[in-house]
Amino acid sequence: MTAVLGTAPARRPGPGALRRRLAGTAPLLRLALRRDRVLIPVWLAVITLMVLSMPNTLRQVYGTPDKRADLVASLTTNPTLRAFYGPVFDQSVGGLTAWRVGTFAGVLAAVMSLVVVVRHTREEEETGRQELVSSAGVGRLAPLTAALLAALVANTVLAGLLAVGLAGEGGTGALALGLAVGCTGMVFAAVAAVAAQLTESARLAKGIAAAVLGAAFVLRAAGDAATKDGSSLLTWFSPVGWVEHTRAFADERWWVLLLSAGAVAVGCVAAYELAGHRDLGMSFLPSRPGRAHGRLATAGALARRLQRGAVLGWSAGFLLAGLVLGGMADGATDLVGDNADTRAIFRRMGGHAGLTDAFLSAMVGVVAMVGALYVVASVLRLHGEETSQRAEPVLATPVGRLCWAAGHLVVAFAGTALLMLCAACGFALGHGQDAGPIAAACLVQVPAIWVVGALAVFLYGLSPRLAPASWGAAGAVLLIGWLGPALDVPRAVMNLSPFSHLPKLPGGDLAWTPVLVLTGLAVVLTAAGLAALRRRDLATG
Amino acid sequence: MTTDRTALEVSHLRKSFGRTRALDGLDLYVREGEVHGFLGPNGSGKSTTIRVLLGLLRADAGTARVLGKDPWHDAVELHRRLAYVPGDVTLWRNLSGGEVIDLYGRLRGGLDRARRAALVERFELDPTKKGRAYSKGNRQKVALVAAFASDVDLLILDEPTSGLDPLMEGVFQECVQEERRRGRTVLLSSHILSEVESLCDRVSLVRKGRTVESGSLAELRHLTRTSVHAELAGEPDGLGRLPGVHGLDVQGRRVRLQVDTDKLDGVLRALTASGVRSLTSTPPTLEELFLRHYQEDADGERAERGDKAVAR
Repeated sequence: MTAVLGTAPARRPGPGALRRRLAGTAPLLRLALRRDRVLIPVWLAVITLMVLSMPNTLRQVYGTPDKRADLVASLTTNPTLRAFYGPVFDQSVGGLTAWRVGTFAGVLAAVMSLVVVVRHTREEEETGRQELVSSAGVGRLAPLTAALLAALVANTVLAGLLAVGLAGEGGTGALALGLAVGCTGMVFAAVAAVAAQLTESARLAKGIAAAVLGAAFVLRAAGDAATKDGSSLLTWFSPVGWVEHTRAFADERWWVLLLSAGAVAVGCVAAYELAGHRDLGMSFLPSRPGRAHGRLATAGALARRLQRGAVLGWSAGFLLAGLVLGGMADGATDLVGDNADTRAIFRRMGGHAGLTDAFLSAMVGVVAMVGALYVVASVLRLHGEETSQRAEPVLATPVGRLCWAAGHLVVAFAGTALLMLCAACGFALGHGQDAGPIAAACLVQVPAIWVVGALAVFLYGLSPRLAPASWGAAGAVLLIGWLGPALDVPRAVMNLSPFSHLPKLPGGDLAWTPVLVLTGLAVVLTAAGLAALRRRDLATG
Repeated sequence: MTTDRTALEVSHLRKSFGRTRALDGLDLYVREGEVHGFLGPNGSGKSTTIRVLLGLLRADAGTARVLGKDPWHDAVELHRRLAYVPGDVTLWRNLSGGEVIDLYGRLRGGLDRARRAALVERFELDPTKKGRAYSKGNRQKVALVAAFASDVDLLILDEPTSGLDPLMEGVFQECVQEERRRGRTVLLSSHILSEVESLCDRVSLVRKGRTVESGSLAELRHLTRTSVHAELAGEPDGLGRLPGVHGLDVQGRRVRLQVDTDKLDGVLRALTASGVRSLTSTPPTLEELFLRHYQEDADGERAERGDKAVAR
């Protein structure tokens, strides 16, 4: 890592110096937006779709003010639900939309922003691309500025989309919700900007920013669980809590947005100070030295080592999700109350048994579909290793392609089972009832996740260029599973997702046929993908 | 140490990527125990050839045999007997250099611990750094230590020293000499012609996916011109009429000329006839050899472009 000497930081830079430090920001911003021409629009589409589909869903299910009052009454009494969604401030469709998806839209905007900022700052330095760019008439602060501006563009567009899309529920409220979500995104853009200065690894920088986001969510959740009206001080310490405090559609408090603006300003100042005082590629957190001698001896051990951290993180997440959702299960009966339409949705998602079982079944399904993202990410490590040229020297040793691929696929497929086992433990602990049925419900999902993973193997085996399409498949499965039942889409569409064929557990009958058919399908797709991988050329640089 | 047995044999190798023809009937012949230089401009097909030899790419046509085996079908078996150093070494960001060296060593069936320690010392490599912290040169050292410490018959090195400093370049050359003394075969693709000149027994020059020259340096030099500077006792006579003389420049009793190396004898006779006061004769460097082929190429292209311009 080559250090680039900067101007002496002790001297106070004049306006000319500032202009020099920002030189090249405009072309870098254009470069960032060009590189993100798929990433940002996809994020915006997902968030916008999630928010804008909500009023319609709510109208279908809670069409009359009476039903909504019923809902709100039951909501406010359940601390687990408050922890998840926050308090309800208004019974209008707009108010309920802000309650139901406001926090999540804010969290998603935050994730999008931190990914974008780290991608154009630390990741560029880590890969060494920044060195070349920085040598070409680019000021020291230009890359950071361009990254923050890219995030600003994305969040502004998001705020605009939400404000316009929800205008039918009330223009002022829509604008407040859009701005609140966009501001949360920018707060975490600033957090990521600071994190990117601290560590040498882009992955760690994203991890730090995501940990701050997680902590903010937990603070808000704890505060909302403790109080019914969002008055807990904890929620004020959390940028995620500021979304609900903006009170969109409920007598908006615009000044809360100033909190976000202030936080963004503080974060940016800190990031710029840090960036101005360090060398290119260097960091403030020291990186620990590794071992002088290694113990890894096989391609499988290498794959396990490379994916170890990810599997641990996902397992913890699944355990936690199980705990929270399991804990909500009894409250769900209160939530639904005697609302026939909600019951219908849960039945479509979770089967025909008792309501608690239906809720558990639906939530296990939701968690399992997130597992599809894990399996795709894990399988595509093969793709990453190949395209980054790290696979080439490994395959030039006496390691066959199948053996090399098997190392990663074992992690992907066995990891899937491990994840669902963790979720099962979480559900069992959270729900506090007999663990057997819920464990069966979780494990029966595994073959469906495998099918998605096997599809990724198949596409990757055919051609490394096709591999990223597996994300599309995982996304489609998620959309069908999450929105399908609420929108009551045709059976034929639902059937496209492997999850639609699984027996509805707990409560339903454990039908082995679909489980075995899905497992067989996963085996066939994987075998076909591996056969293709053996026959094709390796991607070259 | 060179034997008559063949380590690498490639004939009429063809490989296209879409419309780009990377290899266009390339031939390569490497004897067991020799250090073979593999030269060519960027994009001439060297790395593609090496990837075919490693069974990472499948040739469209032609044959390739490595240590008597088919590199595509017998890849795993073959890889037990060879070590490869890519030109652009990428490491896992969270694995230390030492871990990577040991991993590659074990994958290749174990490495010599004493030799590993000695190599780490000689290359002045810090094996505790994580992959992301190494510079290009240090990443190459990781791959080189792993390769030299392995017990294999064939080393395939694809521009292995492009990031090394001159000191480390020296260490690298020593290591290759040691490998040669141990009877190992080395295929060395390189741009550093002095390195090839001092290390290689034979070289192959490739251009646009084809082999244009192949042989020992002496054989190749034979095909080119030697520069002669002489100061004579009397006026030279009839030099211009001699076959194989080019670029004759006579200033009084000073003579500068270039001569086809196989016609050198006649020129020397003519010079001694006039009485020689001083004489320097410079054999062609590999660089001249290389540039001659490369320049012809560039000239040809220029001429072609010119033709097209005229045609328009």
